[in-house]
Amino acid sequence: MSILGTRVLRTEDPKFLTTGGVYTEDVVDDRLAGACHVFFVRSPLAHARITGIDVSAAREAPGVVAAFTGADLADLPVIPPSAAGLMNTEMTQRLLATDKVRYVGEPVAVVATEHAYQGEDALELVAVDYDPLPAVLGFDPDDSSLLFEAAGTNVAGYWGDQSSLKPGLFDGCEAVITHTIVNQRVAPAPMETRAAAAVWGEDGRLTAWIPNQGAQGTRDDLIKLLSLEPGQVRVITPDVGGAFGAKFGADPEHAVVAWVARRLGRPARWTETRYENLIGMTHGRAQQHTVTMGGSRDGDIRAYRLEIVQDAGAYPKIGAVLPMLTILMTTGPYDIPNAESIAKVVVTNTTPIGAYRGAGRPEATAAIERAIDLFATEIGVDPADVRRKNLLPKFTEPHKTKFGALYDTGDYVAGLDKALEAAGYAGLRKEQAARRASGDVRQLGIGVSSYVEITGMGDGEGTPPSENATVEVHPDGTATILTGTSPHGQGHATAWAMLASDELGIPVEKITLKWGDTDLIPEGGGTGGSRSLQQGGAAVQQASRELIEIARERAAADLEANPADLVFDTSRSAFAVAGDPEASVPLTKLAESERLLVRTVFSAPGATFPFGTHVAVAEVDTETGKATLQRIITVDDAGVVLNPLLAEGQRHGGIAQGAAQALLEEVLYDADGNPLTTSLADYPFLSATEVPSFELADMATPTSYNPLGVKGIGEAGSIGATPAVQNAIVDAVSHLGVRHINMPVTSRRVWEALRAAEQGSEHQ
Amino acid sequence: MIPGQFEYIAAESPAHALELLAEYGDDAKLLAGGHSLLPMMKLRLAVPEVLIDIGRLNDLAGVRADNSELVIGATTRHADLAASELVRAEAPLLAYAAAQVGDPQIRHRGTIGGSLSHADPAADLPMALVALGGSVEIQGPGGSRVVTADDFFQGFFETALRPDELLTAVRVPRRPGVPWGYQKFVRRSNDWAIVGVAAVDGRIALANMGATPLRATAAERALADGASPAAAAEHAADGTSPGEDMHADREYRKHLARVLTRRALEHQTG
Amino acid sequence: MTRIELTVNGEKRSDEVEPRLLLVHYLREICGLRAANVGCDTTSCGACTVLLDGRSVKSCTVLAVQAAGQEVLTAEGLSAGGELHPVQAAFRQNHGLQCGFCTPGMVMATVGLLAENPHPTEAEARAGLEGNLCRCTGYHNIIRAVLAAADAQAVPAPSTGVSA
Repeated sequence: MSILGTRVLRTEDPKFLTTGGVYTEDVVDDRLAGACHVFFVRSPLAHARITGIDVSAAREAPGVVAAFTGADLADLPVIPPSAAGLMNTEMTQRLLATDKVRYVGEPVAVVATEHAYQGEDALELVAVDYDPLPAVLGFDPDDSSLLFEAAGTNVAGYWGDQSSLKPGLFDGCEAVITHTIVNQRVAPAPMETRAAAAVWGEDGRLTAWIPNQGAQGTRDDLIKLLSLEPGQVRVITPDVGGAFGAKFGADPEHAVVAWVARRLGRPARWTETRYENLIGMTHGRAQQHTVTMGGSRDGDIRAYRLEIVQDAGAYPKIGAVLPMLTILMTTGPYDIPNAESIAKVVVTNTTPIGAYRGAGRPEATAAIERAIDLFATEIGVDPADVRRKNLLPKFTEPHKTKFGALYDTGDYVAGLDKALEAAGYAGLRKEQAARRASGDVRQLGIGVSSYVEITGMGDGEGTPPSENATVEVHPDGTATILTGTSPHGQGHATAWAMLASDELGIPVEKITLKWGDTDLIPEGGGTGGSRSLQQGGAAVQQASRELIEIARERAAADLEANPADLVFDTSRSAFAVAGDPEASVPLTKLAESERLLVRTVFSAPGATFPFGTHVAVAEVDTETGKATLQRIITVDDAGVVLNPLLAEGQRHGGIAQGAAQALLEEVLYDADGNPLTTSLADYPFLSATEVPSFELADMATPTSYNPLGVKGIGEAGSIGATPAVQNAIVDAVSHLGVRHINMPVTSRRVWEALRAAEQGSEHQ
Repeated sequence: MIPGQFEYIAAESPAHALELLAEYGDDAKLLAGGHSLLPMMKLRLAVPEVLIDIGRLNDLAGVRADNSELVIGATTRHADLAASELVRAEAPLLAYAAAQVGDPQIRHRGTIGGSLSHADPAADLPMALVALGGSVEIQGPGGSRVVTADDFFQGFFETALRPDELLTAVRVPRRPGVPWGYQKFVRRSNDWAIVGVAAVDGRIALANMGATPLRATAAERALADGASPAAAAEHAADGTSPGEDMHADREYRKHLARVLTRRALEHQTG
Repeated sequence: MTRIELTVNGEKRSDEVEPRLLLVHYLREICGLRAANVGCDTTSCGACTVLLDGRSVKSCTVLAVQAAGQEVLTAEGLSAGGELHPVQAAFRQNHGLQCGFCTPGMVMATVGLLAENPHPTEAEARAGLEGNLCRCTGYHNIIRAVLAAADAQAVPAPSTGVSA
């Protein structure tokens, strides 16, 4: 019986549970003996000219090895914006700020000390003189204060503008709603903050240990940031304590740590504090949406417009490009005949925006799912019915949307109905009606959100998404897999071993997975965009099958039989002659005289599109405004499930992060651009007491884009849950006149919305 | 983040602690559980040159009855206060408040004396002490004195405690069977109160409605004059001028104070 | 420098430490026990949770000098015999960990919780772990693990004196 589809426990776990993972800060390695410790001086101002930096006092402090400023790194190239062809090319960054600082937390100098405890003492002695400038904030900054004078504007780029909108898009609609809503800035906040350890060999090569989502991309970034030659950098990925999109590639700090190690001729290490992490690591989301939706009074949606403003933060990084994905997914799972979307990207004096679980897709879902609820309320039709009426019908051949997305397979109505049934939707509406009728202080809300998203989309530049894998069987009965993906909690070591085990008949516990060392695995796309199983996993299966074919030739020679007459018996991990099971040779024996190894590349025809529906049930205390999430029921159809234990874990985590964005989390700045959420005491990172246990309903519509039939599951939870929870809270008070409440839907916002509704004014 | 450098001295007795305080003055801080002080030191908001550890002084910990009052040693940890049968029976509001502080790990370390001395207006125990009409025992160079809760909290993170003094014990009235109510409005269960209300025996205390834990005197008066809990609660925010932060503006805090006071007076806990 | 004597995972130790050395750094850098992690600056996340004289504490907010004379138990010490402790086993069985960073602290907080409340309800389990943050699991499987460990009732008191 195949091991695939079963709940195999993680082989990774015993170490994490006992001695703990070996994260970058935990790495003990002879090459790092005598490492100095690097500390960053960060800007305390959102926007200012640097008029002087004095590190002389810090240099005299106990234990200080050296102190450097941007001037010391002047010969290194400036960092161009992400997707430079799309963004204003004047919006460049330096590894350490030289002339200006553009956000609180921007690195301006470094201090290196003998011992870790000396760093913070020395940092206090670095004196930086600033000439403050007005902070640029919000989604509609004017150009009276410019982040980049040479750019002449605070707009980094556009996808269309007001003039490209069709004037008659909503003609003929019986009902039209429009609303401006905010998809707020959040902090990825992985439990492990950023870190690095770096050492240069006598051969002039850099070895860097960095927590990341793909060693190869991190290596390539370091080569660029430090102007090195290909081949000059080796990146090693230790265990990684969560990433959520924010640990892709290398950040300026990682490059500076490597630079310090070279300059001082000794290894260097860095681990950021949580304070630094919350202001220095990229943030996520930060989009404003103006949604307009129109249709018939019986719920047929005829037209939808999405106008996006992306706050990119101080430098256009990955986040600046994410509106492309939001636009691509504008209409989600719905069949809307007239739809259009434009986007504008602005820079502000805030932490740069990067990828965060879902990265551009949750924003699209949040926008349309709120718009549908606004529309449903406007026409007085149940929001689930409006969804059902407008979802694309089931399709098994790829469906191309007018925004260019090619949906592989989908059965959206079935997903909706399954979720509603699992939730007991009709009963919930009855209970809601009863509470409304009795005027209960605690009102019940039910939120529905249907989504489709993109996973495994490759580089988006026309080359098909692909990943490599190497599988080797050893004479001692073990096997090794090398993968270009990069787990940080997803359980690849178990899942990839299951795939190889299923083909090779070698037990999972005898299969070792290796990843994240660019000398061992020079190529790879890492883990992100929910790509790993459908490409990296598929590559492992493909490599294992190719390995069996090589082994078959060897077995044929060994058994003096025709290869075609051999049967591979996975229960014995041996080849046998058909009809003569006694004549057999074990796989491991075939690895004795010559290495039995295959490296292969799996290429997919394109991205896959998982889908589902989430239903959230929330109770709102109408006196205090406090919302409590009571239930969340989800259908997340990501095709075939390899290991339900792991797939459910991904769903749970995603749901919680989605709920956290809807309920609690927001990075806040004051009017001068000072961050207000700089610790986990102030940033309301979700804890166990704010969420219920989750109710998962299963549904699996296979894709034909890989032999496993799998799609990605890493981000679906956060994509579906966010609008479901937000919709549930608004729904709880909609009968009182509330139409919309921005996320996070805090008690204060609920109370203000209720009060505004009572006073008859529309609340934003 | 790590604290700045300091000298560490373990006090051998309360008298020794007082001697050390006299010797080092403003440069010294007392360390008990350290769960108010060490976080401040890690953020370098506090940079004492000397830490005097009183956390090991067994005479300062524990609960006993003394006539009409319970006497709680200053270094009694929150978890022990919450679990104390005596406190649960005779000052249940205090036991409940102790169980609301932070999270389990914090309650295993933090002490009542430390929390009261820190005087965070949003914290549980200062509000509870005010509601209970308790007092604190203070020892100084000139002997000991008792200060009522109403007089002890003097400003934002400010108390009547002088730099050369040691808070040794907390006194609360023994009131078995007296109904009480406690309402703590939070984002997450382990957060500080956005607004808190503790009510017992006609006294009402508010957390985070001003620079110190406050008495809701207008509501107390209304209650004494025979008003219903709902009517009295309407006066809960009278005369207060709470601060504004990312969680609440002044108006919302006042609104919460009224709603939570009504709920507390109806003897709802939690 | 101050000399401290204490017991770590059943082993008596004596070390010279800087007074400001945090217990978590003492364990990690001097004892070489790196299971406990530092995840925040503000006593918020619980990744550094260990047991001190049988009670869960956040070792980032305890000075090493404060731990003198006491017994420290870390995740490493919990499984000293090579076998997973029932709480550790329950975390594995229920997939209560993903990236693993919060895990040693989560496990120690659970051991501390079950010592004080051997049969928590789901709500009590959630409240009991309010001081431990996890970004991966959504807490769902962590709570399953806590309840399973409690159900198993095979949770012996840790070797270094937990008092219920």
